[in-house]
Amino acid sequence: MGPQNVAFGIIAAAMIVGAIRVVTTKVVVHAALYLVVVLAGAAGLYVLLAAEFVAWAQVLIYVGAILVLLLFGIMLTRAPLHPSSELDNDQRWPALVVSLGIAGLLIAMLADAFQDDKVRITNATGTGEIADSIFNQFVVPFEVVSILLLGALVGAVVLARRDD
Amino acid sequence: MYLNQYLFLAAVLFCIGVYGVLSRRHAVLVLMSVEIMLNAVNINLIAFSVHIQEVSGQVFALFVITVAAAEVGVGLAIVILIYRNLASPYLDQVDSLKG
Repeated sequence: MGPQNVAFGIIAAAMIVGAIRVVTTKVVVHAALYLVVVLAGAAGLYVLLAAEFVAWAQVLIYVGAILVLLLFGIMLTRAPLHPSSELDNDQRWPALVVSLGIAGLLIAMLADAFQDDKVRITNATGTGEIADSIFNQFVVPFEVVSILLLGALVGAVVLARRDD
Repeated sequence: MYLNQYLFLAAVLFCIGVYGVLSRRHAVLVLMSVEIMLNAVNINLIAFSVHIQEVSGQVFALFVITVAAAEVGVGLAIVILIYRNLASPYLDQVDSLKG
């Protein structure tokens, strides 16, 4: 077992525990804090896979921006800061059955499809390679995404502003 | 490292996200569960990108991150609008269209 596998095991365990706490904790703010573990763990996995640009984008956008936005959402809806049992609905058991079913199906299919395939990390993906790919092959989707972001920005302002 | 260890982790995280979306009432917690699912997909994209030595998977992951940012922005605006109209962030009280 190489050091990469040890690091993977630690990150994976932290991410799974964090994710389970996000969906089961009784305090809304704690869910946001456990989400940090999941998002930072994903960034760690990208570093393990030598995808450094995506790892930094993950830290900047998810941990930096989206999480602050979610905390704002928690504050603006005056979520209960103390433990509350009203955060779950009464579909807990059906939801558990559905998600375990999907998990079993996915894992059985993946185990069958990619039995012993290995990830070979030859060298790190440089930012230059990603930039080449974005601005040659994916330049139209890139522009579409920028229009989408502009639309989302204007839409969020229009939706959340008070009409008075 | 096996490819499957990344794919299994992503599958497990995705299913935890599914459980969260189905079992949570609070709108912000549902958005967080959606973020977990999007992250699971991103892990898959990066793992396959490294596996087949092709950079476009990472570009796709960056697009997913961008769309997720837009989704959270609009989603939270809608949550705040719901809270302003119903004075409650709980999704099962948004039932005006229920027959």
